[in-house]
Amino acid sequence: MTRPQWVPPGTDTEKPNAARVYDYYLGGSHNFAVDRELARRAVELWPELPMIMRANRAFLRRAVHYAAEQGITRFLDIGSGIPTFGAVHEIARETAPGAEVVYVDQDPVAVAHSELLLADDPLSQVVQADLRQPADLLTRPPVAALLDAGEPVAVLLVAVLHFITDAEDPEGIVRQLRAAMPAGSILILSHACLEGRPDQTGPHQDLYARTPTPLTMRSRKRISGLFDGFDLVEPGVVYLPEWQPENPGAVGSHPERFTGMAGVGRLP
Amino acid sequence: MSAAPAPAREPADSFGEAWAALLHESHGGMLAPAVIRRLVNRTTELLREARNGDPFDPRPAEEVGALLVHARYTDPGVLARVVTLFQRQPLDGPRGPALAGAFAAGWAVALREKTLREQESIRLAADSARKGAERALYASEARFRALFESAAIGIGIGDLEGRILEVNPALLELFGARPEDLAGRRVDDLVHPEDTPGVWDAYGELIAGKRDHFQFDKPYYRHDGEVVWTHLTVTLIRDQQQRPQYQVAMLEDITDRYRLQERLRFQATHDELTGLLNRAAFFERLEAVFEAPEPGARFGLCYVDLDGFKVINDSLGHDAGDQLLAAVAARLAAVLTPLGHVVARLGGDEFVVLLENCSGAEEAVAVAETLLEALDGPVVVGDHRLSVGASVGVLERTVATTTPMAAVRAADLTLYRAKEEGRGRWTLFDPRQNARAVNRYAVSVRMPVALDRGEFFIDYQPLCSLADGSLAAVEALVRWRHPQLGVLGPEEFVATAEETGLIIPLGRWVLEQACAQAADWSRRFGAAAPQLNVNLAARQARTAGLVSDVADILASTGLDPGLLQLEITESAVVGRDDESLPALHALVGMGVSLAVDDFGSGWSNLAYLRDLPVSGLKIAGSFVADLHDPEKDEQLGWRIVGAMVSLAHTLGLVVTAEEVESEKHAERLRSMGCDWAQGWYFGRPVRPSEITVRIADGIAQRGYRQ
Repeated sequence: MTRPQWVPPGTDTEKPNAARVYDYYLGGSHNFAVDRELARRAVELWPELPMIMRANRAFLRRAVHYAAEQGITRFLDIGSGIPTFGAVHEIARETAPGAEVVYVDQDPVAVAHSELLLADDPLSQVVQADLRQPADLLTRPPVAALLDAGEPVAVLLVAVLHFITDAEDPEGIVRQLRAAMPAGSILILSHACLEGRPDQTGPHQDLYARTPTPLTMRSRKRISGLFDGFDLVEPGVVYLPEWQPENPGAVGSHPERFTGMAGVGRLP
Repeated sequence: MSAAPAPAREPADSFGEAWAALLHESHGGMLAPAVIRRLVNRTTELLREARNGDPFDPRPAEEVGALLVHARYTDPGVLARVVTLFQRQPLDGPRGPALAGAFAAGWAVALREKTLREQESIRLAADSARKGAERALYASEARFRALFESAAIGIGIGDLEGRILEVNPALLELFGARPEDLAGRRVDDLVHPEDTPGVWDAYGELIAGKRDHFQFDKPYYRHDGEVVWTHLTVTLIRDQQQRPQYQVAMLEDITDRYRLQERLRFQATHDELTGLLNRAAFFERLEAVFEAPEPGARFGLCYVDLDGFKVINDSLGHDAGDQLLAAVAARLAAVLTPLGHVVARLGGDEFVVLLENCSGAEEAVAVAETLLEALDGPVVVGDHRLSVGASVGVLERTVATTTPMAAVRAADLTLYRAKEEGRGRWTLFDPRQNARAVNRYAVSVRMPVALDRGEFFIDYQPLCSLADGSLAAVEALVRWRHPQLGVLGPEEFVATAEETGLIIPLGRWVLEQACAQAADWSRRFGAAAPQLNVNLAARQARTAGLVSDVADILASTGLDPGLLQLEITESAVVGRDDESLPALHALVGMGVSLAVDDFGSGWSNLAYLRDLPVSGLKIAGSFVADLHDPEKDEQLGWRIVGAMVSLAHTLGLVVTAEEVESEKHAERLRSMGCDWAQGWYFGRPVRPSEITVRIADGIAQRGYRQ
C-alpha cells in the first residue's frame, strides 16, 4: 500500500541504513551502532569493501570533475546519502565555482544531515524523494527548477541503482529521468556488478536483504544497458578504477576486485 | 640548536619523496592529485619547521596529524606507516621519535574530535529527522482531529466491549447530549424497539471480527426522548496484526428523509379518503398470506359493495358520497380492526376484509354478519340520515388450494351472486358456480388475443361406417390451449365466442385449417381420405361473408367441395324465411353438403327439416348416452332412436349416431340401419397425425388404392 503524501515517513534508527554504512566504510562516524555492526560483518565476509567504497567515491570525484570541465554547472545527485567528504558541490566548485547542486535521498536522516551541512550554502539544496517514483521526484521544485532551465545537467546515479529491484524497473526509471534531461546533459552512474567476485555476491546480497535497502547486483550487460540513449564517454562502462584514472598505477593489476562498474554518458 | 645543517647530509629529500608517496598511495583516489600535492607541500613544510625549531616545538608535527585526519587519512594503518617512516628515516637525529610522537598525538586528537563531531552531527540529524516526522505526524493527527471535530457526520469510537470511548460534536448534537451524558454509556444501551432486524446480529459479527463493516438505517432515542433516525455505518478497526481493536460508528441524521419516506409510504399504501389500506397494500397483504403458509393454513375474504351507493352519489353529490364512504370505512375499521382483520378500500364503494388467519367458514361468515350489522344504523351526512346497505361475498379457503388472484376473482364473483340474490346479505363462495363464472370470465377476457397468439388447435374425431367399421369422415373439433386453464374443449368457449362475435374469425380459422388438412389427406390417400365435417355456428350461418369465405377457402386449399360437410344445429335455422337459408342453398350449390347436428336436442321442427338442403343428420348424443341410464327405460330409448333413424331415411339423409361408447350399442345401431357412428368406441378426438396413421391402416386392411 502506498502511503498518502501527507503522512510522514518514519525515521527508523534501529535498522542499518545504506547511506550511514557507506559513510562508515569511508572512515566517517556519521553512523550508529546498527550501521557499524552491519558494516563490520560485511567486511568480515569481504575485507576489500572499504577499498571498493573508496574507489566508488574516487570515481564520483573524477566523473564530477570531468563534468565540470565540460562546462556543466548543474548537478543532480540522486542517492546522495551523507555527503560529508568529497561532496559533489565541493568537487564541482574546484572547477566551476558557481556550480549548483540538488541532493536527493529518500532517507530522512541523510536528508536532515545534508540540510544541516548545507544550511549556509545557497547554491545547494536537499530534497527527500524516492527514486522509485521518478515522476514525483522530477516534480519537486528544486529538481524541476534545475532541469527546467534547459541547460545541461549532470545527473548522478552513483551506487544507487543496485538498491532498485528488478520489479521496480531500474531501466524504466533511468528512461524517465533521461526524458527530463536537457540535451548535452551527462549521466554519471556506478553499480555493483556480479562479474568481479562471483563468490561474494550471494552472501553480500543476503546481508543487505535485512536492511530497508536490499541490494541487487547486476551484470555488466544490464549496467551498460542503463546508458541506452546516451553516448558513452571513454572508456565506456568499466570497473571503478578503470574509468579515466589519473595515473596508470591507480588502476592496479586486479580492477575486477572492485566489483563495481562505472560509466559516464552524454545525452545527444 | 647551533649546528648548521649540512646540505650533503640532508635526508629531507628522500624523506620528502617517501612522505609524498605515502600520502598519494594510502588514500584510494578519493582526493584529487592536486589536493594531495598541496597537502604534501604544506605538511612537509610543517615537519621541517618542527625539526628545525629552536627550542623544539612539537606543535607543527601535531598539526600535520590533524591535517591528515581532516583529509580523511583516518585509517589506523596510515598512522602505523607514518610512525614507521619517521623511525626509519629520521628527519634529524634525536628529534625523530619526538616528531613521530607529536604527529601521533595530533592525529589521535583530531580523529577523536572528528569522531565526536560527526557523532554529534548524525545524532542531530537523526533527531531533526525524527522531529520532522513527529511534526508531520502531529500535523496529520491534527488534521484527523479537525476532521473528527468538525465533521458534519456524527462519529463515535468504541472499544470491543461496547464502551463508548469518544464522540464528536456532531454526534453529541445528533443525540442532543452533552459529553458527560454519553460518558460511560455502552453501545448496547442504544437499542430502539424499531431497530431493523439484523442490526444487532451484524454488530455481534463485527465485534467478533467476522465482518469489517455494516450499514443500516437505525433509530435512536435522543437525550430528550425524541427519536432520531440515522444512517449508521460501523467499521471495525484492526491493528497491524489484523486483530480487532476498535469500532468506529458514523451516523448521519436522516430523520427528515425517513419521515418523508414514511409519509410517502403511508400515502402509497393507504386510501386518502378513508385512511384504510388501499388496493395495492391489500394485495401485498394478501400475497404475504401465500408466501410461506403453515400446512392447513386458512384465510378468508369478505368482498363488500355498498347497495345503492350510486344513487346517493348521483342525487346528493360526490361530497356526500365521500362523507358516506368515510363513515362506512370508520365503522368497518371500528368493528373489524380490533379483531385483527385487515380492512381495505379497493376503490369506489368496494371494500374488502382480509382474515389472515381463519378458523373456518363460520368465522368468515361471522365477520360478514358483523360488518353488515355495523352498517345497520343510518349515517348522518349533512342534513340527511342515510341508511346504508351492503352486499358481501364471503370466501374462505385453505391457502394451499388457491392463489391470490383466483381467490380475489372468486370473492368478487361471489359478491355479484350476493347482489343478484337480493341485497343486504352475504353469500358464501360456491365452487361449482364459481367454476362456471370463472370460465366465462377467463375465456372472454383472453380469447381476443388467443387467436393471434396461436393458442387454438384442431383435433379430429372419426365418424365410422357401421356397415364395415371403415373411417367415413372426421369431425374437426377446435381446442384452446389456455395459458392458465389448460386445454379447453369447444363446449367451454364456443358459446362465449358466439356471444362476443369472436366466433366469426375463429370459425373461419378452423375452416381454413381443417380444409387444408383434409385436402392434404385427399392428395395423399385419394378415395380413402375421409369426409371432413366442420361445425357451423348459428352466428356464422347468418354472416354475409360465409359463402364467399367457404369458396375462398376451398379454392385456396384445393379441397374437393364434396369432401366438406358443414354441421348446423337446429337452432341455426329457425324457419322457411330464415335469412341464412339462401347462404345454405348457395353452399350446397357449390357442392358442399350440410348435416343437422345435435338432432333432437331442441324443439325440432320436422317440417323445416324437409325444406333444408341437408344430406345428413346427427342424432344428439344424449339419446344414445341415455341408453346406459338405469333410471330411463332402455326399450323406449331404442324406439326413439329407431324412429329418428327411419325418419332420416325417409328424408333421404345419412344418419350418424353420436356418443357411441360400446360395441353392444354399435351393433344395435347397425342392426336398426343407422349409417354412421361417432363416439369413444370408434375413436376419441386425436391429432391429425393419428388420423393419417388410421387412414393408412385402413388402406392396408381393405386394399384401397390411391
